[in-house]
Amino acid sequence: MTFRKILLASAALTALSGMAQAETVLKWGANRDIGSLDPYSYGDSFTINVLNHVYEGLVRYNADLKIEPALAASWEILEDKVTWRFHLREGVTFHNGNPFTAEDVVASLERVSDETSPLKGNLPAYVSSAVVDPMTVDITLNGTYPLLLNDLTNIHIFDREWMVEHDSLLPTDIGSGTEGYATYNANGTGPFSVESRQPDAKTVFVVNPDWWDVPQHNIDRIELTPVTSAATRVAALLSGEINFTNDAPVQDLPRLEASPDVNVLEGVDLRTVMIGFPFRDTLASGEPNPFKERAAREALYRAIDLDLIQQKVMRGKSRTAGATVAPPIPGYSEDLDTVPGADPEAAKALLAEAGVPEGLEFEFNCLSDGLVNEEQFCQAIAAMWSRIGLSPKLDVAPRAVQTPKRTQGKTDVYTLGWATLPMLDAYSPLLQIFHSKVGNSGVFNWGGWSYPELDALIDAAGSELDTETRLDLENQALRMVKDEIIMIPLHQQPMAWAVTGEVTEMPLFPDNKPRLWYAQVAE
Amino acid sequence: MLAFLIKRTANAVFVMLAVALLAFVIFRFFGDPVEMMVNEQATQADRAELRERLGLNDSFATQYLRFVTNAVQGDFGISYRNQQDVMVLIGDRFPATFELVLVATAISLVVGIPLGVITAVHRNSRLANLLQLGSIVGVSLPSFVVGIMLILAFSVSLGWLPAFGRGETVDIGWWSTGLLTPSGRQALVLPAISLSTFQITLVMRLVRAEMLEVLRSDYVKFARARGVPAPRLHWVHALRNCLMPVITLTGMQIGNLIAFALVTETVFQWPGMGLLFIQAVTFVDIPVMAAYLMLVSFIFVLLNTLVDIAYAWVDPRLRDDTAKAGGANG
Amino acid sequence: MAEISPMRTDRPALHRRLGLRLAALRRGDLWHSFRSHPSAIFAACLLALVALSALLAPLITPQDPYDLAALELWNAEIPPIWTPQGQAPYLLGTDTQGRDILSAILYGSRISLVIGFASVLVALAVGLTLGLIAGYFGGWIDNVIMRVGDVLLSMPFILIAILISAMASAALPTGLKEVLAAPILIVAIAVPSWVQYARTIRASAMVERKKEYVQAARLIRVKAWRIMLHHILPNCLTPIMVAATLNFGLAILSEATLSFLGVGMPPDQPSLGTLIRVGNQYLFSGLWWIVVFPAIQLCLIVLSVNMIGDWLRDALNPKLR
Repeated sequence: MTFRKILLASAALTALSGMAQAETVLKWGANRDIGSLDPYSYGDSFTINVLNHVYEGLVRYNADLKIEPALAASWEILEDKVTWRFHLREGVTFHNGNPFTAEDVVASLERVSDETSPLKGNLPAYVSSAVVDPMTVDITLNGTYPLLLNDLTNIHIFDREWMVEHDSLLPTDIGSGTEGYATYNANGTGPFSVESRQPDAKTVFVVNPDWWDVPQHNIDRIELTPVTSAATRVAALLSGEINFTNDAPVQDLPRLEASPDVNVLEGVDLRTVMIGFPFRDTLASGEPNPFKERAAREALYRAIDLDLIQQKVMRGKSRTAGATVAPPIPGYSEDLDTVPGADPEAAKALLAEAGVPEGLEFEFNCLSDGLVNEEQFCQAIAAMWSRIGLSPKLDVAPRAVQTPKRTQGKTDVYTLGWATLPMLDAYSPLLQIFHSKVGNSGVFNWGGWSYPELDALIDAAGSELDTETRLDLENQALRMVKDEIIMIPLHQQPMAWAVTGEVTEMPLFPDNKPRLWYAQVAE
Repeated sequence: MLAFLIKRTANAVFVMLAVALLAFVIFRFFGDPVEMMVNEQATQADRAELRERLGLNDSFATQYLRFVTNAVQGDFGISYRNQQDVMVLIGDRFPATFELVLVATAISLVVGIPLGVITAVHRNSRLANLLQLGSIVGVSLPSFVVGIMLILAFSVSLGWLPAFGRGETVDIGWWSTGLLTPSGRQALVLPAISLSTFQITLVMRLVRAEMLEVLRSDYVKFARARGVPAPRLHWVHALRNCLMPVITLTGMQIGNLIAFALVTETVFQWPGMGLLFIQAVTFVDIPVMAAYLMLVSFIFVLLNTLVDIAYAWVDPRLRDDTAKAGGANG
Repeated sequence: MAEISPMRTDRPALHRRLGLRLAALRRGDLWHSFRSHPSAIFAACLLALVALSALLAPLITPQDPYDLAALELWNAEIPPIWTPQGQAPYLLGTDTQGRDILSAILYGSRISLVIGFASVLVALAVGLTLGLIAGYFGGWIDNVIMRVGDVLLSMPFILIAILISAMASAALPTGLKEVLAAPILIVAIAVPSWVQYARTIRASAMVERKKEYVQAARLIRVKAWRIMLHHILPNCLTPIMVAATLNFGLAILSEATLSFLGVGMPPDQPSLGTLIRVGNQYLFSGLWWIVVFPAIQLCLIVLSVNMIGDWLRDALNPKLR
């Protein structure tokens, strides 16, 4: 605790030195808008990330991505091993002045795990919660579960009184024909509060002077503007209309770096980009589905020249991947991270072996607003598959249009990027992608595969409290995923942020999430 | 006159009902509203219940009537994507588009009228021919290409003007204006120029044609004979006689400009109704599309009707039916 | 061909011959006017060159830009041949997928020209037919057709086109959508533009309808509309020709705009508008050739069409000269 105090004190000094100056504005040009001001009505990680500036969880990731106390000051697991007791932080208030209490936590957990909440999968082990006293909450799980804290970093706490007042105890239901109050109003405990919002145009956040924590940032105001066109975003940055973007197009990095007033922050994202297969009996066209055969899946894998994509499409900025999780993620092991290498002839032989007809048509579903250069690498991969005698039909559209097709199995081969967030553990893709689709498991198992042996490994890992044993189980499961080629891993995508000279401090996080409460803006 | 007024209004109402029918058909039959609203886990029973609650099992006529009744009250439902009231969304964006169109119109008049007069007065001179050629180039350049080139030149290369957005805005009641702040005015320059290129050539050609007609008239010949100096004759006497059709055209074009602004708004990421509409199109956000269609058509029909009535008021000969059709859509 | 026989002897035949002679005279005039307008000659040559190269695209381009298997990522982003990094045979360089820009432009021009031309033809056919029906029959048929026209004209052109295109592609499944992309665009552009032709021909038909020979033909149950066609068409040929030419330019612009907005041709069968939309992403990355050349080609096509249309209007309408 002493270390923490020193940290806070130094942060306070920085904050003081910034105080006397004029208003500091972070003008953030994002590649898209947040979907809503209500994190529980819109299951989308960018929205949750941005709203994390307004709403906070019981725990949070610190600057080193280690979990630290936030709205909960401390916690312990009770003797039954399935109930967790959280002792809440004293003296925290919401933006509207209401004090933060145990009731707020229970109401928020009930809201996020409600049947209509698109986010209920983010809290997979949750069963119930109860108020012990005004500053203590018990959370009961469906079994022993090691990753509750990781999950809770992303579960934002609402003010119960405010939700009752505005009839927002449940997530917004657009079917009811009324707006949800929380969709365009927000009341959290975080370092910033929402001043105004115009969807797709501008959302303004202002500093919360009554924040419980000592600010390490000096920002008075954040103006979030979605600038969907990459070229316009670059132009806006070069001309100083925005001073920060969390998505600098990779092809424009040389140009941005050459500009004296722009600093580019580059890194490799934790997000692993993969291609998924359908495992149903028929393709979307009604033809028999050859991808149930491992040989057919391997053929598609061997047809892809990953090095070429890395060099040309990703401009040498990505990291070619052989495993379905990135190296920093617990559960990763180097021996799984091998790539078979491109061999079109071998691919053709495998196609013949699997009995895939010449010129087979199948849909290849990609997002126009998804991963880094997704449209380009999808086109390149489609061309590579064409060259081994297949006829992929490229279908590129925004996420909102493609997601229903993917979840309802109305498409064939698809792309998926997975960063293991907020868990930061290999258990995340294993449970959400590779597990069979039962209950809260396999939510992103869009291909509809089912390997009972794999499920058993994943389930065992999910209730194992000993870290080493758990990681070993996860590793076995990942090996099975690799051997079966359930998905083709392509690469960890590059991440590039850019700031102008006005922004003096902007820590880049490997999970590609801006945490502006660590940022500094000059003047 | 009263009969004409009633007839013209009835016509406008009929047209709006037909547009509403179109909007309703889009709303109802493209993209099942239920599928758009429920989340993935909803059961068949949930869907059926929602279908009943939304009245989707009623007869076509009942549903259409309800759609029109709601539309008249400005109720177009909730945006699938933003989960917000559609009319509020569009209302927030209206000032941005309106100011853009207004400034573009002003530019087109200020530039187009003098150019038109010059090309008419100095007909067949080198300057006039050059301007005529320029006007063909003006209608031939796609407005998105003009926009991209303007950004390339004035924002990226020279760094004089912003490339996107509206700058600072000031709220006057519910109206947010960018005209009162320096950054707002700067942000307006490139989009307004890009939107006005087509309109400039339109005004210029109209003024030229009208001027040629007027210059041939006895009235001008007489004035010239009387010794009115040429500049005064051209820029005051003759021009005054051309202004009525120019104003009419400008008025009626406003509806078109509002629609065409969606291209400019996309290029400059201008936060107006057009950008909202284009985003709604890519996300198949049907309520927003239906509402935008209704609103723009309403403005269009309203302007046309007003122009017609004004014309008929000025010139009683136009009150019969055949002339009306020509006047309404000139 | 029984209907033709009465025409040999009575007044309609005379009219027709007269009309033909008039047209011939006008043609002579036109040719003269054409030769004395350097800008019209220039525009016609340019358009012919573009059309010819687009037509012969499969024969003269080094690559089929729509064949995915022919694209080689190794050859991506090669600049134009006159720059130091330029490479044969890529005269104007390649895009980010290794697609030859010149080939893409020629194939793209083909799509733009075909869609523009076809949509004008469709609009003409629909407009002429409906205009004739409305003018000939009058009454409630006329009312219905013209009211539909009123409604279409009360919505901005570009809005109707976007809606039709967007709704069609939202309703169609993935495979069909790509195949039908061009026909959808043709319809989307034709729907709001037929009204203009219909109105012109209707006005003319209403005049002819009252004439004696039509009444007479009706009495003896000869298909009068055939005769009418021969009279009406020459009368409205001039305005319709001018309108069709100018609309051709407008249709090409509309197609490009729709594709630029992302509701037109898909990226694997790019038209000029699609090429500009995709290239626009690389505006600042030094890959200027991806967006600049398609934009120039588009402007040249529309410019030459408009110059011809403009000249035609002036030549046929002495009042405006």
